This record gives sequence, structure tokens and C-alpha cells, in this order.
Amino acid sequence: MTANGSGAALEVSDLVVQIQTSSGVIQPVNAVNFAVQPGETLCIVGESGCGKSTTALAVMRLLADQARITGGSVRLAGRELLTLNSREMEDVRGKEIGMIFQNPMSSLNPVLTIGDQIGEALSRHTGLRRQDVIDRTLEVLSTVGLPMTRRRLGAYPHQLSGGMRQRVMIAMALSCNPSVLIADEPTTALDVTIQAQILELLREQAADRDMALVLVTHDLGVVAQIADRVAVMYSGRVVEEGPVDDLFARPAHPYTRGLLQCVPNVAGPTAETLYAIPGEPPEMRAGAAGCPFEPRCSARVARCKTDDPALEVIDGARRSHRAACWSKQTTPLVAGRPTDYTADGSGSKQL
Amino acid sequence: MSIPHDHPPMTAAEPLTAGRDIHVHFARRSLLGRSAPAARALNGVDLDVFRGETVGLVGESGCGKSTLGRVMLLLQKVTSGRVIFQNRDVAGLDRRELRKVRPHMQLVHQDPYSSFDPRKPVGFSLREPLDIHEIGDPHSRTQLVQRLIAEVGLNERHLDRFPHELSGGQLQRVSIARAFALNPKLIVLDEAVSALDVSVRAQILNLLVRLRAEHDSSYLFISHDLGVVRHIAQRVVVMYLGRVMEVAPKEQFFSGPAHPYSQALLSAVPIANPVLERRRERIVLAGELPDPDKPVSGCPFNPRCFVRAALGNPDKCTTQTPVLHQIASGHTVACHFADAAQAGAEQLTRIGAVQP
Repeated sequence: MTANGSGAALEVSDLVVQIQTSSGVIQPVNAVNFAVQPGETLCIVGESGCGKSTTALAVMRLLADQARITGGSVRLAGRELLTLNSREMEDVRGKEIGMIFQNPMSSLNPVLTIGDQIGEALSRHTGLRRQDVIDRTLEVLSTVGLPMTRRRLGAYPHQLSGGMRQRVMIAMALSCNPSVLIADEPTTALDVTIQAQILELLREQAADRDMALVLVTHDLGVVAQIADRVAVMYSGRVVEEGPVDDLFARPAHPYTRGLLQCVPNVAGPTAETLYAIPGEPPEMRAGAAGCPFEPRCSARVARCKTDDPALEVIDGARRSHRAACWSKQTTPLVAGRPTDYTADGSGSKQL
Repeated sequence: MSIPHDHPPMTAAEPLTAGRDIHVHFARRSLLGRSAPAARALNGVDLDVFRGETVGLVGESGCGKSTLGRVMLLLQKVTSGRVIFQNRDVAGLDRRELRKVRPHMQLVHQDPYSSFDPRKPVGFSLREPLDIHEIGDPHSRTQLVQRLIAEVGLNERHLDRFPHELSGGQLQRVSIARAFALNPKLIVLDEAVSALDVSVRAQILNLLVRLRAEHDSSYLFISHDLGVVRHIAQRVVVMYLGRVMEVAPKEQFFSGPAHPYSQALLSAVPIANPVLERRRERIVLAGELPDPDKPVSGCPFNPRCFVRAALGNPDKCTTQTPVLHQIASGHTVACHFADAAQAGAEQLTRIGAVQP
């Protein structure tokens, strides 16, 4: 799997989104770059307000009216999406790129039956005949673990549980065989036992269909479970990007290191006091100088205040592992931290 | 901590607060006014919280953990059962008596924005409990408010701010300060850190640990996040469908959970470590939480239980409701086949421990 080469199912470069507010222009997405290969799962991880969901919406061109894409490009298998008109974009959305959101209840239409909602996407994009639409709907529902009879296609969203609704959302997203699936916090509203089922399903479907999966999440556990590659976002930028193992074992950006260390895990070593990143995420403004993490950073150097670091390859790391930092860290995470797994043995008693 | 759970002799270690055989049923009516079967939120729950400890109460949505928290705070009437607080049955107290007990028990919610008056500066809300319970004179209350806000890492300037002017983390600090204002014995934290971002959550967890020790209070820490519970609690109580499934000291729980449901729950939690994740044997439960309106006969977990399936579906699981029984010091479990379950878990850990 290459990081950026051609052949990417989805490639986003220098994407900028601006929002006009009463107190000025803010830039929730600030020159974001990433690429996903067919069959690969990329997790975009970050805290609230870092721009991860806005990035996902911008790729689908589903931003709210006040928000505008002011720069960059989004290419789907080499084809630029940002220059398409809205009719052309409608043909892409749902057919070539599927999307699922956090709250299935608010993204399903409460007055339409499950069958109608999945069928709508199918007939809109494929022009299948009614009987074929029904057959295909039943087929895709059974793929996502919801075998239904034709009569049960008449069920309404409120008659299903949260986990079943999310399966319906996934069925809708998969119904037209998209080459890219974007999932924004798909399991955040679900209980852990159901989350495990849904992640399993997403992973399996991405592999079976050779589909690129972009999963937006705040949960590093979910990332560790499902990702091939990870992009860490902070204040509208990707601050570190790389293969999941490299990024978790040798995080180069102080923010990534901090994030990994402040998660209490159910297995592995524990610490008496949790590592905590001081301060809080910054407000977003356009045109602020320097690294946005500088005020909270324990590894800052003089130029961090004035110069904005770009994503660059890390010394001694694989080429596909990059970070945007003036003082990139190259050591593995310190032993005794919850995320350390270089010294094993302690974890062996854990389930 | 070695505390026998079933009918503890009220001698050496007496719980600060205890619930005994608590049932909470919510009566309901259908749309047409016909009476529908009651929703059974709690079904005979026992719970102890000892002085100075943090009990982690875990379970999935709808298991009754928040209802149990409200029962312990006397905010929810019980259908039957007793709530004992400092050796006194407090479930049936009248309003005047309740008012005397209430300062000793406090609550921190998940969403601080909905637990503050949006039109009052937070300093007002922080001072209000002191005024209501007439702690000291007005001047000393002002001083106490200043001390409280400093204790949670904020300063006097924050007192004049309105809730919407503070970030979620800052406002949660104020709710914690408010919970500690009356120096309570018991604080129930209901998903108190669940809405916070991870970097802020770590700060708040550290703050909670420090304040509990300094004030010598006890926490009932309700959470769906087992990683957080592992960090903060000394004992873990697992609930499922209105019942307690397992009670265990933290170390025993995380290294050898005995109830199949606890095992499944723990194995479903992703670990922020891709190498461990790949090595791990995960129990993915089939099915979903059953409808609480249609009670399951026997063990409430039996329709989803993988241990029962592995044992060839013994009748006992569907005919007899297992009760909590002790399997080790301080470790109780409500499962007919806890031995088999634990043996299975050991096998799972062995698989999980294979070196890469």
C-alpha cells in the first residue's frame, strides 16, 4: 500500500474550508491532505472542533451554506469533484461515495419505510426495475446482518434498535457499491458490544468490496481496531499521518503522543496519574501564525510561534509516516504508559 | 478490599451507603390509557459503597445504572427495597428529614450546560448550596466559594462568567466544585467525563482523584467507559437489564472477569494499541439488548450468552435466575456456570498472550 501515489480511490489535497461568522472568518479545515487506496481504511482522528467532520462533509460537498470550500482539490479515482456542478455531484454522492453518520435516527427519514429508503438510492442511481430494487435491497440488508423478509421492508426506523438502524444506514451506503465509504463517528452513539459488531461489519465489507473506508472518530481504541492508516487532526490540519502501527508505536507529533498517553485503557499497564495535555483546544481563526498546538506543547521551540510546520517525513521513519512539527519525536512512547507495548508481559494476563 | 457481598455482617466494615433488594418499576399507560406492564428498571439490586472508595458502576444503555444512582441519592423513589445511608434507612424519609441528609450526597451530571442556570453567573450557582444550607455567615461563604473555585483549577474571574462563556471542561470543573461545596460523603458521578474530549477528560479524572482523597468522600462512578473505570475505581459493579451481574475488586475484574457478560463487555472495548488489538480474541455477542418490557425467564443474559451455548444450552439458565454468590474474596457473580466461564476466559487470555 502506498501513501500518496496514483491509483488512490480518494485523494484530498490542500483542502481549505472557510466559514463566515459574525465575528470574522474561521477556517475549520486548513490545507488538509490525505489519500486512501482501494481496500484501505483511513481513520481521521481528533478532538471536537478539529475539523474532522467538516473535512468529511467537504469531500461529499455537503457543507452548510455559510461554509465554503476556498481551496484545494478532492479527486475520486483521479476525477476532480470540486468542479462538478450539483447535478453531477448528486450522481457521485450515494453511488460512488457512500456516507454514514453518527446518529442514524436523524439521518433516516422517520416517515419512510426501510425498504423505501434503501430502494430510493438504488432506483435513483441504477435505474433498476421495482422488483430488482426489492431483491437488491433484501440482498444488501442480509449482507449487513439484517436478513429481512419482503414484508419487513415495511418497517419504520423507530421500530428498529440503534444498532439495527446503523446497519440500515450501512446497507443504504453500500447498496450502490461505492468505491469510497465515509463514516463519521458511526459507532459513537452505540453501546460497546454493538460497536464491536458494527466495526467488524465495516471492516469485512471494505475488504470484500475492495472499498476505501474513511472513518472519522475521536476514539483511539476504534482507530487501533480498524485502521490501516491514521491521520491525526488538530485545529483544522493534519498534524501527523502514517501507518497505524508506526503512528501508535512511535508517534512523532507531541499532540499525537499526548493523545495516546491520556487514554486510560482496559488492558496494559496503568499509571497512578493520567498524563494530561495542559490547556484546551484553541478557537479556530484564519491566518493565525505558527503551529496551532504551540501553546499546549511541551516540546516547543522558538520558531513554533512564528512558522507553521508542514507535513514532512520523519527522520528514521518510513516515508509514509509524516508529521507537521518543528521538533518531531523519534523515540517510542515511554514504558509504563497505557499505550506502551514495546515491553510486553504485563498485558498477557489481560483479556 | 475483602468485603463479602452477600448479607455482609454489619460489623468491621460498614458501608457508607447501601441499597438492599431495590426494585424500581415504572408504571406506564398505553396511548389509549390502558395500563401497560410496568417497565422494570431495577430488579432486586444490592449495592454497597464503602467510606473512601470509588465504585465503578458499568453497563450498557438501559441497564439501570443511572436509575440506581438516582435511588442512592434519594432522587428516585423505590418500588421496594431499602436505602441505607450511614446506618440509617433513608428511603422513606419525609421532606424535612431529607433536607438534612441531602447535603451529604451530591450529583455530577454528564452535561454541565444543562445542569447550570444559563441566566446566572456560575459563581451564583456555586454559592447557592451554601446559602440554602446556611453554611457559616455570608462573608465566609464568599471565601469558601473562592477556595472551591481555586481547588478545581479555575480562578475568581471565572465566577462572573455565564455557563455559555466557559468551555465544557471548565464548566464541568465548576460542577465538581459545586458538588464538593457542602463537603459531601457521597458523590454520584453519572457519566461525568463522557462528554469531554480525551485531553480534557484526563485533566478532569486527575482532578476527581485528588479531590476525593482530600475530602475523604466516596464516589459512585457511573460510566459506560471501562477504561476510565479501570483508572478511577477500586471496585467494579456490572449491571445488565436491571440486575447486578458481577461485583469485583478492580484488579480481579480486569484480569479475570467471571460473568460471561462482563467478559463480552470487556472484550468489546477497543484498546488504543493496534498490536494488542490484532492479537486479541474478541467475543462478539450476537443480538442486541432484549426488550426490557418482555422479561427473559431465568438469567437475563441467557439469550446472548456464549458460555451457555458452549455448554449445550443447559435448562438451568432459562429456568432459574442466578443470584450473586461469592467466588473469591470480595468477588461475587450471578451466573450458574461462573467456573466454566472463568475457565473459558483463561483460554481466551492465553490466546491473547501469544507473542507476535
